[in-house]
Parts: sequence; structure tokens; C-alpha cells
Amino acid sequence: MKNEYIMGNSAIALGAMAAGVNLVAGYPGTPSSEILETVAKRNKGDIHVEWSVNEKAAMELAAGAAYTGARALVTMKQVGLNVAADPLMSLAYVGVKGGMVVVVADDPGPISSQTEQDTRQFAEFAKIPVFDPSSPEEAYEMVQDAFKYSEKYKTPVFLRPTTRICHAYANIEVEEDYKVNEYEGFVKDSSKWVIFPRLSFNNHNMIEKRNPEIGKDFSTYRFNKVEGSGTKGIIASGVSYQYVKEYLGDRKDVKLFKVATSYPFPEDLALEFLNGVDEVLAIEELSAVLEKEITYVAGKYNLNVKVRGKFTDDSVKAGENSAAIVEEEIKRFLNEDNSDEKIDLSDMPNLPVRPSVLCAGCPHRASFYAVKQAMKGKKAYFCGDIGCYTLGNAMPLDMVDTCLCMGAGITMAQGLYHMENDAQCFAFVGDSTFFASGITGVVNAVYNEADMILCVLDNSTTAMTGHQPHPGTGRTMMGDIVEKIDIVKILEGIGVKKVIVTDPLNLHEAVEAVKELSEIKGVKAIVFKSPCIAIVKADKKCKVSDKCINCKKCITELGCPALIIEEGKVKIDESLCTGCGLCAKVCPVNAIGGEPRE
Amino acid sequence: MSKDILLCGVGGQGTVLASKLIASAEMSKGHKVRSAETIGMAQRGGSVTSHVRVGEDAYSPLIPLGKADMIIAFEPAEAVRSLPYLKKDGTVIVNISPVRPITETLKNTGYDGTEMIEYLKQKVSNLKLVDGEILTQKCGSAKALNIILLGAATAAGELDITPEDVRKEIIENIPQKFHDMNLKAFEEGLRV
Repeated sequence: MKNEYIMGNSAIALGAMAAGVNLVAGYPGTPSSEILETVAKRNKGDIHVEWSVNEKAAMELAAGAAYTGARALVTMKQVGLNVAADPLMSLAYVGVKGGMVVVVADDPGPISSQTEQDTRQFAEFAKIPVFDPSSPEEAYEMVQDAFKYSEKYKTPVFLRPTTRICHAYANIEVEEDYKVNEYEGFVKDSSKWVIFPRLSFNNHNMIEKRNPEIGKDFSTYRFNKVEGSGTKGIIASGVSYQYVKEYLGDRKDVKLFKVATSYPFPEDLALEFLNGVDEVLAIEELSAVLEKEITYVAGKYNLNVKVRGKFTDDSVKAGENSAAIVEEEIKRFLNEDNSDEKIDLSDMPNLPVRPSVLCAGCPHRASFYAVKQAMKGKKAYFCGDIGCYTLGNAMPLDMVDTCLCMGAGITMAQGLYHMENDAQCFAFVGDSTFFASGITGVVNAVYNEADMILCVLDNSTTAMTGHQPHPGTGRTMMGDIVEKIDIVKILEGIGVKKVIVTDPLNLHEAVEAVKELSEIKGVKAIVFKSPCIAIVKADKKCKVSDKCINCKKCITELGCPALIIEEGKVKIDESLCTGCGLCAKVCPVNAIGGEPRE
Repeated sequence: MSKDILLCGVGGQGTVLASKLIASAEMSKGHKVRSAETIGMAQRGGSVTSHVRVGEDAYSPLIPLGKADMIIAFEPAEAVRSLPYLKKDGTVIVNISPVRPITETLKNTGYDGTEMIEYLKQKVSNLKLVDGEILTQKCGSAKALNIILLGAATAAGELDITPEDVRKEIIENIPQKFHDMNLKAFEEGLRV
């Protein structure tokens, strides 16, 4: 064993490797991405690791692998599970042979997601067990347990960390080496692996009988525990358990039930917790899963217990918990008031707001600006999508009218067009999102005769989640160089009327291309091709000369963070500027010029 | 021994590396360390924090309000934003050079950080100001800011680590071609 200071996501990866995982697949998504990346980094070559084209593909791949008896790990963020829900719901009925762990990282806050959905509820819906680690150390152990339970009960299982587990660092004792699991191979048996209504009915019965047994088993699971004693009890899970401990410390006068497996609920242990307790406070993030379960157990056994939590307004309903929020909730519950003296900050000045923005030199800014210029004065709708380019919504660009979920922009633009065909409808999609779930939308648009312009923002990477490769980059996560899948050929193959490829930083050419396409009927596409500034080193920078008339057009048109006002004058922050030259093209008096970086 | 250190700044300023070097140095002293980072969308120019918790008593990955022994702020307004985390007699190391968010530039509010520094002077008894703009120019790179601040933080004596410990971490954790620049930056920070 060796002590390493690692991120929760790395702990999950190393835990899976210690469990002998044979295949790891996933789709990038904050806060889950580093799990797969860590496996790829430490892979000796005997683990199949891949960024799949989307979460559904990853889930199906893992199911296939698990049918052979191999151990498989799938990684995604919570909204990715919606994409992979179809195979998973069916797989829950069919079951697995080798262990299969589905890691779904939830994002209370949400910090970088669209929803505050709770995978613990999804576990109950799909009737598969869920493991909920409360620290990176626990996540390392728990992923190994999850494989064992998966094989014991022949079912896929969830491991559901949250952002504060995924992105927390701790020093953890980890195995120095790994050995992949040996597996039998696929054994044909269509009565087992081919889902038909009869199989679903039979297995549904089996699952309903099995899950209470797993609940019993979980009552002695090492990470479920009851601490302390007293008439007041707190039930908590995940990082919220740590916030409770932060307040209680080693106190033993409050009974604390830590739940690491909310489904199937460890009922026997819950009864032990409720014994002698007359009031319970549930502390958890996202949905009121523990609160409901403990209320159910109390009702089932006719116990006289008052349960407090989200339903009784004793606990926050949305957003992430913090040590401070949990402290307040516990103090109210225990009628305690013992604040430390704090600095009086009631007179704090107004702080500048810092919304996330497109980086200085980001080619997406140029793409949005080109479309904006071409459509000036026209009725046009701009459907955005998921990725860095969602940030095109910010002022002054203001070029994202809608954003819903991965790939939705393309089909939503069609919906807008069919209801308002006097509007020019645009869909903006990144290269990785295009492959993940954009292609079917383009097929739909061509087939159903929509009139729209697709803008593929091709920056040769999956930028927002940390620059993962995708089918268009010509690299795989195993490090192999493969043939690039050509976006233009795909679009032409589908039957898109006209496809233009242009560099958005050539502003004039880009504007003309958009104008040209807007004159053609049907589905047209423009591929804005320019690499992400984070993957190529800038060799230029721009400077404002004394020709500047201080009209600030560059700032008010583009909103680039490298353009600043210092002592009333426009200046370029050289440390941020990449020399993209977009501001120079916008300047009415040619006051901005480029120069090489030394 | 337990110590809570909060690093705060704007996405892209290098808070994560500084927090890793502190964590690594504390660990080599045999301490247990946990930390938490901002990763994802906020990295694109938003407010970011790194929480570093040293010692056995820490449960939560995030420092509770009013408990931080030290705040290392890469930007004046971010220092003020993080003040609720500081304990009553805690130390603040702050870079006085502002990062102007584009929203302020568009509205032309004239934000330059001075109001923030004045507020810090009122509220923080152990305040150390670092002129990031001048010192990074001296080191020849804007990227040196994190190591300069790390130097100033080490010199403040709040951390259980010596300059020698940090030099070792710089050499072990940063690619060799950047050693000279970062060691120089560290010395500049120590002298603040």
C-alpha cells in the first residue's frame, strides 16, 4: 500500500482498478470526468478504457462486457444518466454476470449542471442498489464493495458521489499495483440475455423478493452505522454526514445514523436507530430520500417519532449543503446557541459579479459575432447547447436564446421554425456534443424538411470538461491514433443542402458564409473551425496604439476579458490576450495591431 | 495541530497549484490534509476557491465559516468575498492588483480594488499586502503570482512549513524549465 494525496475521482478510479476492473467507459461531464482519466493514465494496457460517444453507448458497452463475466465501470454525471436510462432500466431486469458499477456523479448546487436530480431516487426507480460515499477515502473502499455486491446479487449497482466527494482531495492508502479480473467469457443463453415481456415479468418478481434481502444485508454493511445515543436523532448521508460531524465532533449525546446505502434501505439498522428516539432530523442534499425512508419505517412499525427535514421546512430544499447551513439546522433542532465570535461584516461593500465568460481569444466568440453581424436587423433565433459555448449567452454577445440539454439545440431550432417560419433559426453545437447527440437531430431536420442553419463550433476538443478527445480528434483515450470522423462528410451524407467550412477568426469571410447560407432553403451547415485556445500555445498578442479614439467599440461589441479599461483608456491585458485579432477587425480606426510573442 | 487555509481568486490565476504545494508540504511534515477545489464552469473567469484543511479534526472538505486561520487572496474583491470564512484574529495575504470582470468593464464602474483593500484594512488585523503587478513583472511572468503569494504566506509564519520545505515542493512538482522563475518568485514573496 502507498499513501497518495488524490482527488475523490482518482480514488474511485484506483478503487476500481484494485477491484480488477476490465473495462471502463464513460462520457465526460463535471464532476465525473477525472475518474476515467485516472484509469487511462495508470492503465498498463490490459484495461479497455474509452470515452464513448455518449453515456448510452458507454452503458451498453459495459453491459456487454459484464455479460462475459468481466468487471465493468461506467462513469457519467447525473444528466448523463438520463441519456443512458434506456439501457439501464432494461439491464436492471436482465442483470449481469461480472460486476458492473455505474458511477453517477450528482451535482448539488447545481455547480455545473442543468438539474438537481438525485441518483438515489433513480436507484429506487430502477430497483438497483446505490452506494453513497461520504469522503474520498470511503469512495476508494466503496467502489470495491460495489463490485462484490454487484456480483453477489447479479445486478448493476450505482456508486453516487457528489461534487464535494469527486473534487475533494485527501491522503489515502491505495494499492500500488493492480491485477485485472479473470473472466469466463460470454456463455450463450437466450433465456437469460434476451429481454422479452415474460423474462421481465419473472425477473420483476425476483427483484421484488431480492431487494428486501439486500436491505437486510446492508443493515450490517460496514459503512452504514449508528453512533451515539439519546432521544434526538440525526440521519445523514454523503458529504452532509461530514458537515454533521463537523458540528457534533465526538459528542455522544445525539444519535446519528449514517446511511451509505439509501436503496435498498437498511431497515433493521434503521429500527435500531429509532429505538428510544422521539425526534429525527434528516440532513441530506437534493431529494428527501432518507427523510421519506425513515418516515416509512416509523409508520410501518407504528413508532411515535417526529421526523423533520425538507418536508417540514427544517432543512433547505435546493442547493448544496455547507458546514454553516447544517450547523444552523442542527442548532435549531437541538435548541442550542453557541456561536463563536465572528468578524462583523454587515457593512461589506458591493462586490463585482464574476459570471463565467468565454476565455480571451476563444474562437466561439468570433463565431457568435459573425452570425450576429450577418443577421443584424433580421428576425433570427439562436438555439444553444451544452458546452463552453453556452457562455455565448452573456452580454454583449447575447447569442444564446435557448439551452436545454445535450443536442437539443438542433431539434429545438426545428420546432421554432415549424411554428414561426419567417424566422431564421440557428442551432449552435460543439464538436463533441455533435457526436454525442447532435447527429440524429440533423437527420430529423433533413427528413422533416426544416429550414435552419446548423453552426458546428469545431474547436477540436471537449473543452468545458477538461479537453477530452472525441471521434473527430483522431485520438482515443487508450492513446491510439485513429481515423478522424469527418463532420463535413457526415453532414453531406445526411443530405444537408450546403456545408461551408470557415475559420471564424477570418471575420469577413465568416459573415459572408452565414449570409450565403441564409439565402438557401432547407438545412444548411457552417463548420466554424478553430482550435480551443487552451490546446494551442498563443504566438501573438495584440496592442492598442495611440490611434485609439477610446470609443470602446471593441469592449461593447465583444466583451473579451483581455480588453480592460485602465485610467479611462482601453488597454489589452497581455497575459490573457492570444492575439486572435478579432478586436482589431472590429476597431473602426485600426488602432489595434498584433505582434509576435517572444 | 490543525490549520485551515483558504485560497481564493479568479479562474486561471493558479490557485489550484498553490493549494497543492501547501498540501504537499504539510503532508511531508506528517500531517493529514484534505482539500477541495473549484473545477468546471467557474474556472472560466469566475470566482474560485481552494480549501486546505490540515490536521485530524477536520471532517468537512470545506472550511466552516469563521474558522480559516489564513486567507491567501489572489485578488482584492475575492479576499472580501471570502472574509466570512476568516476567524476573528486570522491572517489575510492579498494581491492588491485587481482582475476586472468584463461585466464591470462593460458598465464602466471603475472597479480597481482600492475600496476592497480599504475594507480589508478595517476588518483584518493581520493583513499583508502584495503588489502582484510589480512583482510578477520583476519575475518576468504573470504566471508567477501564485508562487509569490505562497512565499508571502510562508513568511507570515502561520503555516507549519519552512521556506526550505516549499522550495523542495516547487522543485518536485513543477516542470524543470520553470524552476528558476518560480524559485525567484518564491524569494520575492518571502521578502514582502
